[in-house]
Amino acid sequence: MIPSREAASTVERLVSVQNLKFTYEGGIEALRGVSLNIDRGEYIAIVGGNGSGKTTLAKNFNGLLRPTSGTVTVKGRPTAQMGVAELARIIGYAFQNPDHQLFCSTVEEEIRFGPLNLGYSENEIGTKVERAIDAMNLGHVRMSAPLSLRLGERRRVSIASVVAMDPEVFILDEPTTGLDAEESRELMERLNSLNNDGKTIILITHDMKLVAEHAKRVVVMARGRMLLDSDPRGAFSDLDLIRQSNLEPPAVTLLSHRLSDYGIPQDIISPEELVLHVMRFGGGS
Amino acid sequence: MHALEMRDVSFKYKGSKQLALEKVSLEVEKGEFVTLLGCNGSGKSTVCLLANGLIPHALPGELSGEVRIFGEEVRQKSVAEFSTKVGIVFQEPESQLFCMSVEEEVAFGPENLAVPREEIKNRVEWALDLVGMKGYNDRSPFSLSGGQKQRVAIAAALSMRPEMLVLDEPAYALDPVGRMELYSVLKELKEKYGMTVVLAERDAEEAAGFSDRIVLMDDGKVIEAGPPRLVLRDPGRLRGIGVVPPQVSEVAALMNSRLKVSRFSFLTVDDAERAIVQELSSKGRPGAR
Repeated sequence: MIPSREAASTVERLVSVQNLKFTYEGGIEALRGVSLNIDRGEYIAIVGGNGSGKTTLAKNFNGLLRPTSGTVTVKGRPTAQMGVAELARIIGYAFQNPDHQLFCSTVEEEIRFGPLNLGYSENEIGTKVERAIDAMNLGHVRMSAPLSLRLGERRRVSIASVVAMDPEVFILDEPTTGLDAEESRELMERLNSLNNDGKTIILITHDMKLVAEHAKRVVVMARGRMLLDSDPRGAFSDLDLIRQSNLEPPAVTLLSHRLSDYGIPQDIISPEELVLHVMRFGGGS
Repeated sequence: MHALEMRDVSFKYKGSKQLALEKVSLEVEKGEFVTLLGCNGSGKSTVCLLANGLIPHALPGELSGEVRIFGEEVRQKSVAEFSTKVGIVFQEPESQLFCMSVEEEVAFGPENLAVPREEIKNRVEWALDLVGMKGYNDRSPFSLSGGQKQRVAIAAALSMRPEMLVLDEPAYALDPVGRMELYSVLKELKEKYGMTVVLAERDAEEAAGFSDRIVLMDDGKVIEAGPPRLVLRDPGRLRGIGVVPPQVSEVAALMNSRLKVSRFSFLTVDDAERAIVQELSSKGRPGAR
Protein backbone atom coordinates (compact mmCIF):
# COMPACT_ATOMS: atom_id res chain seq x y z
CA MET A 1 0.00 0.00 0.00
CA ILE A 2 1.22 3.49 -0.83
CA PRO A 3 2.37 5.25 2.37
CA SER A 4 0.89 8.62 1.40
CA ARG A 5 -2.52 6.99 1.11
CA GLU A 6 -2.16 5.60 4.61
CA ALA A 7 -1.25 9.01 5.93
CA ALA A 8 -4.00 10.94 4.19
CA SER A 9 -6.53 12.14 6.74
CA THR A 10 -9.48 11.41 4.45
CA VAL A 11 -8.87 7.65 4.40
CA GLU A 12 -11.41 5.71 6.40
CA ARG A 13 -10.95 1.99 6.86
CA LEU A 14 -14.24 0.17 6.32
CA VAL A 15 -13.24 -3.48 6.20
CA SER A 16 -10.18 -5.11 7.65
CA VAL A 17 -9.45 -8.80 7.15
CA GLN A 18 -6.73 -10.51 9.21
CA ASN A 19 -5.51 -14.01 8.38
CA LEU A 20 -8.99 -15.16 7.46
CA LYS A 21 -9.57 -18.88 7.09
CA PHE A 22 -12.88 -20.40 6.13
CA THR A 23 -13.79 -24.07 5.88
CA TYR A 24 -17.20 -25.17 4.63
CA GLU A 25 -19.08 -27.97 6.36
CA GLY A 26 -17.73 -31.11 4.76
CA GLY A 27 -14.19 -29.87 5.06
CA ILE A 28 -13.61 -27.82 1.91
CA GLU A 29 -11.03 -25.17 2.81
CA ALA A 30 -12.23 -22.22 0.76
CA LEU A 31 -9.97 -19.59 2.35
CA ARG A 32 -6.51 -20.45 3.64
CA GLY A 33 -5.33 -17.23 5.27
CA VAL A 34 -6.27 -13.95 3.61
CA SER A 35 -5.45 -10.45 4.86
CA LEU A 36 -6.52 -7.19 3.28
CA ASN A 37 -7.98 -3.76 4.05
CA ILE A 38 -10.68 -1.87 2.21
CA ASP A 39 -11.09 1.90 2.55
CA ARG A 40 -14.06 4.13 1.86
CA GLY A 41 -14.54 5.04 -1.81
CA GLU A 42 -12.43 2.25 -3.27
CA TYR A 43 -13.38 0.39 -6.46
CA ILE A 44 -11.97 -3.10 -6.06
CA ALA A 45 -12.24 -6.15 -8.24
CA ILE A 46 -11.80 -9.51 -6.57
CA VAL A 47 -10.90 -11.86 -9.39
CA GLY A 48 -10.25 -15.57 -9.73
CA GLY A 49 -11.60 -18.65 -11.48
CA ASN A 50 -14.54 -20.72 -10.28
CA GLY A 51 -13.63 -22.18 -6.89
CA SER A 52 -10.83 -19.68 -6.16
CA GLY A 53 -12.50 -18.47 -2.95
CA LYS A 54 -13.49 -15.01 -4.21
CA THR A 55 -17.19 -15.35 -3.38
CA THR A 56 -16.45 -16.94 0.01
CA LEU A 57 -14.17 -14.00 0.82
CA ALA A 58 -16.85 -11.45 -0.06
CA LYS A 59 -19.53 -13.30 1.91
CA ASN A 60 -17.28 -12.98 4.97
CA PHE A 61 -17.28 -9.18 4.59
CA ASN A 62 -20.98 -8.83 5.36
CA GLY A 63 -21.52 -11.70 7.76
CA LEU A 64 -23.25 -14.05 5.31
CA LEU A 65 -20.39 -16.30 6.42
CA ARG A 66 -18.40 -15.96 9.65
CA PRO A 67 -14.67 -16.71 9.86
CA THR A 68 -13.55 -20.22 10.82
CA SER A 69 -10.45 -18.49 12.16
CA GLY A 70 -8.93 -15.03 11.81
CA THR A 71 -10.98 -11.84 11.99
CA VAL A 72 -13.04 -9.60 9.77
CA THR A 73 -13.71 -6.16 11.22
CA VAL A 74 -16.19 -3.72 9.72
CA LYS A 75 -15.72 -0.10 10.79
CA GLY A 76 -13.48 -1.32 13.57
CA ARG A 77 -15.77 -4.02 15.00
CA PRO A 78 -15.42 -7.77 14.45
CA THR A 79 -18.29 -9.16 12.34
CA ALA A 80 -18.49 -12.04 14.84
CA GLN A 81 -20.04 -9.54 17.27
CA MET A 82 -22.37 -7.84 14.79
CA GLY A 83 -25.92 -8.74 13.76
CA VAL A 84 -26.96 -9.39 10.16
CA ALA A 85 -29.19 -6.29 10.03
CA GLU A 86 -26.46 -4.08 11.44
CA LEU A 87 -24.01 -5.35 8.83
CA ALA A 88 -26.58 -5.00 6.04
CA ARG A 89 -26.76 -1.26 6.72
CA ILE A 90 -23.04 -1.00 6.04
CA ILE A 91 -22.39 -3.67 3.43
CA GLY A 92 -24.92 -4.62 0.74
CA TYR A 93 -24.61 -7.79 -1.29
CA ALA A 94 -26.13 -8.33 -4.75
CA PHE A 95 -26.14 -11.98 -5.74
CA GLN A 96 -25.05 -13.37 -9.08
CA ASN A 97 -28.46 -14.74 -9.97
CA PRO A 98 -31.00 -11.93 -9.45
CA ASP A 99 -33.87 -14.43 -9.42
CA HIS A 100 -32.60 -15.78 -6.10
CA GLN A 101 -33.42 -12.51 -4.42
CA LEU A 102 -36.54 -11.35 -6.29
CA PHE A 103 -39.89 -12.43 -4.87
CA CYS A 104 -42.28 -9.45 -4.73
CA SER A 105 -45.03 -8.71 -7.23
CA THR A 106 -43.80 -5.28 -8.32
CA VAL A 107 -40.39 -3.69 -8.73
CA GLU A 108 -41.31 -0.99 -6.24
CA GLU A 109 -42.33 -3.48 -3.52
CA GLU A 110 -39.17 -5.42 -4.15
CA ILE A 111 -37.06 -2.34 -3.56
CA ARG A 112 -39.08 -1.31 -0.46
CA PHE A 113 -38.50 -4.64 1.22
CA GLY A 114 -34.94 -3.97 2.43
CA PRO A 115 -35.42 -0.54 4.08
CA LEU A 116 -38.76 -1.73 5.53
CA ASN A 117 -36.99 -4.58 7.27
CA LEU A 118 -34.26 -2.30 8.54
CA GLY A 119 -36.98 -0.39 10.39
CA TYR A 120 -36.78 2.98 8.61
CA SER A 121 -39.76 5.34 8.86
CA GLU A 122 -42.29 5.48 6.00
CA ASN A 123 -40.85 8.84 4.94
CA GLU A 124 -37.28 7.60 4.88
CA ILE A 125 -38.36 4.48 3.02
CA GLY A 126 -40.04 6.58 0.34
CA THR A 127 -36.91 8.67 -0.18
CA LYS A 128 -34.61 5.65 -0.28
CA VAL A 129 -36.84 3.77 -2.74
CA GLU A 130 -37.02 6.75 -5.09
CA ARG A 131 -33.27 7.23 -4.93
CA ALA A 132 -32.70 3.53 -5.73
CA ILE A 133 -35.18 3.52 -8.63
CA ASP A 134 -33.45 6.57 -10.01
CA ALA A 135 -29.92 5.25 -9.46
CA MET A 136 -30.66 2.03 -11.38
CA ASN A 137 -32.89 3.68 -14.01
CA LEU A 138 -36.01 1.62 -13.29
CA GLY A 139 -38.70 4.32 -13.37
CA HIS A 140 -40.30 2.89 -16.50
CA VAL A 141 -40.83 -0.56 -14.93
CA ARG A 142 -41.60 0.32 -11.29
CA MET A 143 -45.05 -1.30 -11.35
CA SER A 144 -43.97 -4.36 -13.40
CA ALA A 145 -43.44 -7.82 -11.95
CA PRO A 146 -39.68 -8.26 -11.43
CA LEU A 147 -39.64 -11.72 -12.96
CA SER A 148 -41.31 -10.44 -16.14
CA LEU A 149 -38.36 -8.15 -16.88
CA ARG A 150 -35.35 -8.75 -19.10
CA LEU A 151 -32.24 -10.11 -17.36
CA GLY A 152 -30.45 -6.75 -17.50
CA GLU A 153 -33.39 -5.07 -15.77
CA ARG A 154 -33.79 -7.89 -13.23
CA ARG A 155 -30.12 -7.51 -12.33
CA ARG A 156 -30.64 -3.76 -11.84
CA VAL A 157 -33.72 -4.42 -9.65
CA SER A 158 -31.68 -6.71 -7.42
CA ILE A 159 -28.97 -4.06 -7.14
CA ALA A 160 -31.57 -1.32 -6.57
CA SER A 161 -32.95 -3.30 -3.62
CA VAL A 162 -29.45 -3.12 -2.16
CA VAL A 163 -29.09 0.59 -3.04
CA ALA A 164 -32.36 1.24 -1.13
CA MET A 165 -30.77 0.03 2.10
CA ASP A 166 -28.19 2.76 1.51
CA PRO A 167 -25.12 0.75 2.48
CA GLU A 168 -21.63 2.23 2.40
CA VAL A 169 -20.15 -0.75 0.55
CA PHE A 170 -21.65 -2.61 -2.41
CA ILE A 171 -20.58 -6.15 -3.15
CA LEU A 172 -21.60 -7.28 -6.63
CA ASP A 173 -21.13 -10.93 -7.51
CA GLU A 174 -20.55 -11.35 -11.27
CA PRO A 175 -22.98 -8.51 -12.04
CA THR A 176 -22.61 -8.74 -15.82
CA THR A 177 -22.97 -12.52 -16.28
CA GLY A 178 -25.61 -13.17 -18.90
CA LEU A 179 -25.95 -9.50 -19.84
CA ASP A 180 -25.29 -8.44 -23.40
CA ALA A 181 -22.90 -5.62 -24.24
CA GLU A 182 -25.51 -2.86 -24.02
CA GLU A 183 -27.09 -4.07 -20.74
CA SER A 184 -23.63 -4.50 -19.30
CA ARG A 185 -22.55 -0.99 -20.32
CA GLU A 186 -25.63 0.55 -18.71
CA LEU A 187 -25.14 -1.35 -15.45
CA MET A 188 -21.43 -0.50 -15.18
CA GLU A 189 -22.17 3.17 -15.81
CA ARG A 190 -24.64 3.09 -12.89
CA LEU A 191 -22.04 1.46 -10.64
CA ASN A 192 -19.43 4.04 -11.62
CA SER A 193 -21.78 6.81 -10.59
CA LEU A 194 -22.40 5.14 -7.21
CA ASN A 195 -18.62 5.08 -6.78
CA ASN A 196 -18.38 8.76 -7.78
CA ASP A 197 -20.91 9.47 -5.04
CA GLY A 198 -18.42 8.05 -2.54
CA LYS A 199 -19.72 4.48 -2.29
CA THR A 200 -17.22 1.64 -2.04
CA ILE A 201 -17.61 -0.91 -4.83
CA ILE A 202 -16.41 -4.51 -4.61
CA LEU A 203 -16.78 -6.35 -7.87
CA ILE A 204 -16.45 -10.15 -7.84
CA THR A 205 -15.74 -11.33 -11.34
CA HIS A 206 -13.64 -13.39 -13.70
CA ASP A 207 -14.12 -10.97 -16.58
CA MET A 208 -10.73 -9.30 -17.00
CA LYS A 209 -12.03 -6.89 -19.64
CA LEU A 210 -14.50 -5.55 -17.09
CA VAL A 211 -11.72 -5.21 -14.53
CA ALA A 212 -9.47 -3.39 -17.00
CA GLU A 213 -12.19 -0.87 -17.79
CA HIS A 214 -13.51 -0.14 -14.31
CA ALA A 215 -11.57 -1.28 -11.26
CA LYS A 216 -8.92 0.83 -9.55
CA ARG A 217 -7.54 -2.05 -7.48
CA VAL A 218 -7.39 -5.78 -8.20
CA VAL A 219 -7.21 -8.63 -5.71
CA VAL A 220 -6.29 -11.90 -7.44
CA MET A 221 -7.46 -15.09 -5.70
CA ALA A 222 -6.48 -18.72 -6.38
CA ARG A 223 -7.10 -21.85 -4.30
CA GLY A 224 -8.18 -19.88 -1.26
CA ARG A 225 -5.19 -17.55 -1.19
CA MET A 226 -4.54 -14.02 -2.34
CA LEU A 227 -1.88 -14.04 -5.07
CA LEU A 228 -1.77 -10.32 -5.70
CA ASP A 229 -3.20 -7.01 -4.52
CA SER A 230 -2.32 -4.17 -6.87
CA ASP A 231 -3.61 -1.66 -9.40
CA PRO A 232 -5.05 -3.20 -12.60
CA ARG A 233 -1.87 -2.65 -14.57
CA GLY A 234 0.16 -4.57 -12.03
CA ALA A 235 -2.25 -7.47 -12.33
CA PHE A 236 -2.18 -7.51 -16.11
CA SER A 237 1.58 -7.37 -16.50
CA ASP A 238 2.05 -10.84 -14.96
CA LEU A 239 0.52 -13.36 -17.37
CA ASP A 240 1.68 -16.40 -15.41
CA LEU A 241 -0.01 -15.18 -12.28
CA ILE A 242 -3.25 -14.43 -14.15
CA ARG A 243 -3.29 -17.94 -15.61
CA GLN A 244 -2.43 -19.58 -12.29
CA SER A 245 -5.70 -18.18 -11.03
CA ASN A 246 -7.71 -19.66 -13.95
CA LEU A 247 -8.14 -16.28 -15.59
CA GLU A 248 -7.30 -15.17 -19.07
CA PRO A 249 -5.89 -11.72 -19.84
CA PRO A 250 -7.73 -9.55 -22.38
CA ALA A 251 -6.56 -10.18 -25.98
CA VAL A 252 -4.86 -6.75 -26.19
CA THR A 253 -2.82 -7.45 -23.06
CA LEU A 254 -1.69 -10.74 -24.60
CA LEU A 255 -0.83 -8.90 -27.80
CA SER A 256 1.17 -6.26 -25.93
CA HIS A 257 3.27 -9.02 -24.34
CA ARG A 258 3.96 -10.54 -27.77
CA LEU A 259 5.06 -7.14 -29.07
CA SER A 260 7.37 -6.32 -26.17
CA ASP A 261 10.43 -6.51 -28.48
CA TYR A 262 9.05 -3.46 -30.23
CA GLY A 263 9.00 -1.34 -27.13
CA ILE A 264 5.27 -1.81 -26.51
CA PRO A 265 4.61 -1.72 -22.73
CA GLN A 266 3.35 -4.98 -21.25
CA ASP A 267 0.54 -3.61 -19.17
CA ILE A 268 -1.74 -2.47 -21.98
CA ILE A 269 -5.40 -2.86 -21.09
CA SER A 270 -7.33 -1.26 -23.95
CA PRO A 271 -7.24 -1.38 -27.78
CA GLU A 272 -6.87 2.44 -27.88
CA GLU A 273 -3.73 2.32 -25.76
CA LEU A 274 -2.17 -0.44 -27.82
CA VAL A 275 -2.75 1.37 -31.11
CA LEU A 276 -1.37 4.58 -29.61
CA HIS A 277 1.89 2.82 -28.76
CA VAL A 278 2.08 1.04 -32.12
CA MET A 279 1.63 4.36 -33.90
CA ARG A 280 4.22 6.05 -31.72
CA PHE A 281 6.75 3.33 -32.35
CA GLY A 282 5.97 3.02 -36.05
CA GLY A 283 6.03 6.77 -36.55
CA GLY A 284 2.51 6.66 -38.01
CA SER A 285 0.27 9.70 -38.20
CA MET B 1 -28.93 -31.09 -49.31
CA HIS B 2 -28.16 -28.63 -46.52
CA ALA B 3 -27.68 -29.55 -42.88
CA LEU B 4 -30.11 -26.76 -42.02
CA GLU B 5 -32.23 -24.71 -44.33
CA MET B 6 -34.58 -21.96 -43.19
CA ARG B 7 -36.72 -19.97 -45.61
CA ASP B 8 -38.71 -16.92 -44.55
CA VAL B 9 -39.13 -18.33 -41.09
CA SER B 10 -41.14 -16.35 -38.55
CA PHE B 11 -41.90 -17.62 -35.07
CA LYS B 12 -43.85 -16.30 -32.12
CA TYR B 13 -43.70 -18.16 -28.77
CA LYS B 14 -47.10 -19.12 -27.36
CA GLY B 15 -48.34 -16.30 -25.13
CA SER B 16 -45.87 -13.75 -26.50
CA LYS B 17 -46.92 -10.73 -28.54
CA GLN B 18 -43.55 -10.26 -30.19
CA LEU B 19 -42.05 -12.20 -33.05
CA ALA B 20 -38.96 -14.09 -31.87
CA LEU B 21 -37.93 -14.57 -35.50
CA GLU B 22 -39.02 -12.48 -38.44
CA LYS B 23 -38.55 -13.74 -42.00
CA VAL B 24 -35.25 -15.44 -41.28
CA SER B 25 -33.57 -17.23 -44.15
CA LEU B 26 -30.42 -19.17 -43.41
CA GLU B 27 -28.55 -22.13 -44.81
CA VAL B 28 -25.91 -24.22 -43.11
CA GLU B 29 -23.85 -26.51 -45.36
CA LYS B 30 -22.68 -29.90 -44.20
CA GLY B 31 -19.29 -29.52 -42.56
CA GLU B 32 -19.73 -25.79 -41.99
CA PHE B 33 -19.04 -24.05 -38.65
CA VAL B 34 -21.55 -21.24 -38.36
CA THR B 35 -21.64 -18.81 -35.43
CA LEU B 36 -24.89 -16.99 -34.73
CA LEU B 37 -23.89 -13.71 -33.11
CA GLY B 38 -26.39 -11.46 -31.36
CA CYS B 39 -27.49 -10.00 -28.04
CA ASN B 40 -30.12 -11.37 -25.62
CA GLY B 41 -33.43 -11.52 -27.47
CA SER B 42 -31.87 -11.34 -30.94
CA GLY B 43 -33.38 -14.71 -31.93
CA LYS B 44 -30.26 -16.89 -31.89
CA SER B 45 -31.61 -19.32 -29.27
CA THR B 46 -34.83 -19.67 -31.25
CA VAL B 47 -32.80 -20.70 -34.31
CA CYS B 48 -30.99 -23.30 -32.14
CA LEU B 49 -34.31 -24.72 -30.87
CA LEU B 50 -35.67 -24.93 -34.43
CA ALA B 51 -32.53 -26.68 -35.63
CA ASN B 52 -33.38 -29.86 -33.70
CA GLY B 53 -37.16 -29.63 -33.74
CA LEU B 54 -37.68 -28.63 -30.08
CA ILE B 55 -39.59 -25.80 -31.77
CA PRO B 56 -42.38 -26.48 -32.69
CA HIS B 57 -42.67 -29.93 -31.07
CA ALA B 58 -41.82 -29.16 -27.42
CA LEU B 59 -42.16 -25.37 -27.41
CA PRO B 60 -45.37 -24.40 -29.17
CA GLY B 61 -46.06 -21.16 -30.98
CA GLU B 62 -46.91 -19.76 -34.39
CA LEU B 63 -44.42 -20.95 -36.97
CA SER B 64 -44.45 -19.88 -40.60
CA GLY B 65 -42.01 -20.45 -43.42
CA GLU B 66 -39.98 -23.54 -44.11
CA VAL B 67 -37.41 -25.27 -41.89
CA ARG B 68 -35.54 -28.30 -43.22
CA ILE B 69 -33.10 -30.36 -41.16
CA PHE B 70 -31.04 -32.57 -43.44
CA GLY B 71 -33.83 -32.25 -45.98
CA GLU B 72 -36.67 -33.16 -43.61
CA GLU B 73 -39.32 -30.53 -42.92
CA VAL B 74 -39.27 -29.85 -39.17
CA ARG B 75 -43.04 -30.31 -38.72
CA GLN B 76 -43.03 -33.74 -40.36
CA LYS B 77 -40.77 -35.56 -37.92
CA SER B 78 -40.50 -35.88 -34.16
CA VAL B 79 -37.73 -34.57 -31.90
CA ALA B 80 -36.73 -38.19 -31.26
CA GLU B 81 -36.20 -38.73 -34.98
CA PHE B 82 -34.11 -35.57 -35.28
CA SER B 83 -32.11 -36.52 -32.17
CA THR B 84 -29.98 -38.97 -34.14
CA LYS B 85 -29.10 -36.22 -36.61
CA VAL B 86 -28.73 -33.19 -34.35
CA GLY B 87 -27.14 -32.92 -30.91
CA ILE B 88 -27.82 -29.90 -28.75
CA VAL B 89 -25.90 -28.35 -25.84
CA PHE B 90 -27.37 -25.58 -23.69
CA GLN B 91 -25.99 -22.74 -21.52
CA GLU B 92 -25.97 -24.38 -18.12
CA PRO B 93 -24.26 -27.76 -17.92
CA GLU B 94 -26.13 -28.54 -14.67
CA SER B 95 -29.47 -28.45 -16.48
CA GLN B 96 -28.40 -31.28 -18.80
CA LEU B 97 -26.50 -33.60 -16.48
CA PHE B 98 -28.46 -35.97 -14.26
CA CYS B 99 -26.65 -39.34 -14.07
CA MET B 100 -24.47 -40.74 -11.28
CA SER B 101 -21.37 -41.13 -13.43
CA VAL B 102 -19.84 -39.49 -16.48
CA GLU B 103 -20.05 -42.80 -18.35
CA GLU B 104 -23.79 -43.23 -17.66
CA GLU B 105 -24.34 -39.65 -18.74
CA VAL B 106 -22.61 -40.14 -22.08
CA ALA B 107 -24.21 -43.57 -22.63
CA PHE B 108 -27.73 -42.33 -21.86
CA GLY B 109 -28.68 -41.23 -25.40
CA PRO B 110 -27.56 -44.34 -27.31
CA GLU B 111 -28.98 -46.61 -24.57
CA ASN B 112 -32.38 -45.09 -25.22
CA LEU B 113 -32.00 -45.89 -28.89
CA ALA B 114 -31.24 -49.52 -27.98
CA VAL B 115 -27.78 -49.33 -29.51
CA PRO B 116 -25.87 -52.61 -28.83
CA ARG B 117 -23.80 -52.58 -25.62
CA GLU B 118 -20.43 -53.01 -27.31
CA GLU B 119 -21.17 -50.15 -29.70
CA ILE B 120 -22.25 -47.91 -26.80
CA LYS B 121 -18.95 -48.61 -25.06
CA ASN B 122 -17.03 -47.63 -28.17
CA ARG B 123 -19.03 -44.45 -28.58
CA VAL B 124 -18.54 -43.43 -24.95
CA GLU B 125 -14.76 -43.92 -25.19
CA TRP B 126 -14.63 -42.05 -28.50
CA ALA B 127 -16.71 -39.13 -27.25
CA LEU B 128 -14.83 -38.77 -23.94
CA ASP B 129 -11.50 -38.89 -25.75
CA LEU B 130 -12.64 -36.24 -28.20
CA VAL B 131 -13.61 -33.77 -25.47
CA GLY B 132 -10.46 -34.47 -23.46
CA MET B 133 -12.28 -36.33 -20.66
CA LYS B 134 -10.84 -39.82 -21.17
CA GLY B 135 -10.58 -41.72 -17.88
CA TYR B 136 -13.29 -39.70 -16.14
CA ASN B 137 -15.86 -42.51 -16.74
CA ASP B 138 -16.61 -43.25 -13.08
CA ARG B 139 -16.53 -39.69 -11.76
CA SER B 140 -19.75 -38.01 -10.69
CA PRO B 141 -20.61 -35.23 -13.17
CA PHE B 142 -21.31 -32.97 -10.21
CA SER B 143 -17.75 -33.25 -8.89
CA LEU B 144 -16.38 -31.70 -12.09
CA SER B 145 -15.45 -28.09 -12.87
CA GLY B 146 -17.79 -26.04 -15.07
CA GLY B 147 -15.62 -26.53 -18.14
CA GLN B 148 -15.43 -30.27 -17.56
CA LYS B 149 -19.21 -30.51 -17.07
CA GLN B 150 -19.86 -28.70 -20.31
CA ARG B 151 -17.40 -31.01 -22.11
CA VAL B 152 -19.30 -34.01 -20.71
CA ALA B 153 -22.52 -32.45 -22.02
CA ILE B 154 -20.88 -32.22 -25.46
CA ALA B 155 -19.70 -35.83 -25.21
CA ALA B 156 -23.27 -36.87 -24.33
CA ALA B 157 -24.50 -35.12 -27.47
CA LEU B 158 -21.71 -36.65 -29.60
CA SER B 159 -22.41 -40.21 -28.43
CA MET B 160 -25.60 -40.09 -30.49
CA ARG B 161 -23.27 -39.72 -33.49
CA PRO B 162 -25.12 -36.64 -34.72
CA GLU B 163 -24.34 -35.08 -38.08
CA MET B 164 -24.77 -31.60 -36.66
CA LEU B 165 -24.03 -30.13 -33.24
CA VAL B 166 -25.98 -27.09 -32.01
CA LEU B 167 -24.63 -25.13 -29.03
CA ASP B 168 -26.55 -22.29 -27.41
CA GLU B 169 -24.06 -20.09 -25.53
CA PRO B 170 -22.20 -23.09 -24.14
CA ALA B 171 -19.58 -20.90 -22.40
CA TYR B 172 -22.21 -18.88 -20.52
CA ALA B 173 -21.49 -20.21 -17.01
CA LEU B 174 -17.78 -20.95 -17.45
CA ASP B 175 -14.76 -19.14 -16.08
CA PRO B 176 -12.06 -18.08 -18.56
CA VAL B 177 -10.16 -21.36 -18.34
CA GLY B 178 -13.37 -23.39 -18.75
CA ARG B 179 -14.15 -21.21 -21.74
CA MET B 180 -10.75 -21.90 -23.29
CA GLU B 181 -11.15 -25.66 -22.75
CA LEU B 182 -14.56 -25.57 -24.40
CA TYR B 183 -13.39 -23.60 -27.40
CA SER B 184 -10.40 -25.83 -27.99
CA VAL B 185 -12.84 -28.78 -28.18
CA LEU B 186 -15.04 -26.91 -30.67
CA LYS B 187 -12.01 -26.00 -32.77
CA GLU B 188 -10.93 -29.63 -32.82
CA LEU B 189 -14.45 -30.77 -33.78
CA LYS B 190 -14.23 -28.53 -36.79
CA GLU B 191 -10.62 -29.05 -37.81
CA LYS B 192 -10.24 -32.79 -37.15
CA TYR B 193 -13.76 -34.11 -37.62
CA GLY B 194 -15.36 -31.62 -40.01
CA MET B 195 -18.45 -31.65 -37.80
CA THR B 196 -21.30 -29.36 -38.82
CA VAL B 197 -21.66 -26.88 -35.96
CA VAL B 198 -24.15 -24.12 -35.22
CA LEU B 199 -22.94 -22.02 -32.28
CA ALA B 200 -24.90 -19.18 -30.68
CA GLU B 201 -22.72 -16.56 -28.96
CA ARG B 202 -22.79 -12.93 -27.93
CA ASP B 203 -19.01 -12.65 -27.69
CA ALA B 204 -17.06 -13.54 -30.81
CA GLU B 205 -13.58 -13.40 -29.23
CA GLU B 206 -12.74 -17.09 -29.77
CA ALA B 207 -15.18 -18.16 -32.50
CA ALA B 208 -13.95 -15.41 -34.84
CA GLY B 209 -10.72 -17.33 -35.44
CA PHE B 210 -12.22 -20.53 -36.78
CA SER B 211 -15.85 -19.99 -37.83
CA ASP B 212 -16.53 -20.41 -41.55
CA ARG B 213 -19.34 -17.93 -41.36
CA ILE B 214 -20.81 -15.53 -38.86
CA VAL B 215 -24.52 -14.76 -38.93
CA LEU B 216 -25.25 -11.46 -37.24
CA MET B 217 -28.70 -11.35 -35.66
CA ASP B 218 -30.65 -8.48 -34.15
CA ASP B 219 -34.27 -8.22 -33.09
CA GLY B 220 -35.31 -11.55 -34.62
CA LYS B 221 -33.71 -10.85 -37.99
CA VAL B 222 -30.52 -11.83 -39.78
CA ILE B 223 -28.79 -8.55 -40.52
CA GLU B 224 -25.64 -9.89 -42.12
CA ALA B 225 -24.05 -13.24 -42.87
CA GLY B 226 -20.60 -13.90 -44.25
CA PRO B 227 -16.97 -14.71 -43.48
CA PRO B 228 -15.79 -13.41 -40.05
CA ARG B 229 -13.44 -10.82 -41.57
CA LEU B 230 -16.33 -9.19 -43.35
CA VAL B 231 -18.95 -9.38 -40.63
CA LEU B 232 -16.60 -8.25 -37.83
CA ARG B 233 -14.98 -5.37 -39.71
CA ASP B 234 -16.90 -2.66 -37.83
CA PRO B 235 -16.69 -3.09 -34.04
CA GLY B 236 -18.80 0.02 -33.39
CA ARG B 237 -21.69 -1.49 -35.29
CA LEU B 238 -21.39 -4.76 -33.35
CA ARG B 239 -21.45 -2.89 -30.07
CA GLY B 240 -24.49 -0.99 -31.31
CA ILE B 241 -26.47 -4.24 -31.46
CA GLY B 242 -25.24 -5.48 -28.08
CA VAL B 243 -22.51 -7.82 -29.30
CA VAL B 244 -18.99 -7.89 -27.86
CA PRO B 245 -16.53 -7.37 -30.74
CA PRO B 246 -13.23 -9.27 -30.54
CA GLN B 247 -10.63 -6.90 -29.08
CA VAL B 248 -8.25 -7.57 -31.97
CA SER B 249 -10.90 -6.43 -34.45
CA GLU B 250 -11.08 -3.18 -32.47
CA VAL B 251 -7.30 -2.85 -32.78
CA ALA B 252 -7.58 -3.38 -36.57
CA ALA B 253 -10.35 -0.79 -36.91
CA LEU B 254 -8.37 1.78 -34.88
CA MET B 255 -5.23 1.20 -36.97
CA ASN B 256 -7.22 1.59 -40.19
CA SER B 257 -8.68 4.84 -39.01
CA ARG B 258 -5.38 6.24 -37.66
CA LEU B 259 -3.47 5.36 -40.84
CA LYS B 260 -6.42 6.13 -43.15
CA VAL B 261 -6.23 2.67 -44.74
CA SER B 262 -8.50 -0.35 -44.80
CA ARG B 263 -5.99 -3.17 -45.05
CA PHE B 264 -6.00 -4.26 -41.38
CA SER B 265 -8.37 -7.01 -40.35
CA PHE B 266 -7.49 -9.30 -37.44
CA LEU B 267 -9.46 -12.26 -36.13
CA THR B 268 -6.93 -13.69 -33.70
CA VAL B 269 -4.03 -12.50 -31.53
CA ASP B 270 -1.68 -14.36 -33.94
CA ASP B 271 -3.15 -12.45 -36.88
CA ALA B 272 -2.70 -9.14 -35.13
CA GLU B 273 0.84 -9.93 -33.97
CA ARG B 274 1.95 -10.86 -37.48
CA ALA B 275 0.46 -7.76 -39.12
CA ILE B 276 1.70 -5.34 -36.45
CA VAL B 277 5.23 -6.79 -36.53
CA GLN B 278 5.22 -6.40 -40.30
CA GLU B 279 3.94 -2.86 -40.04
CA LEU B 280 6.58 -1.89 -37.48
CA SER B 281 9.41 -3.62 -39.39
CA SER B 282 8.44 -1.90 -42.64
CA LYS B 283 8.92 1.43 -40.92
CA GLY B 284 12.63 0.61 -40.91
CA ARG B 285 12.86 0.62 -37.13
CA PRO B 286 15.05 -1.90 -35.35
CA GLY B 287 13.30 -5.12 -34.43
CA ALA B 288 14.46 -5.05 -30.83
CA ARG B 289 14.77 -2.54 -28.09
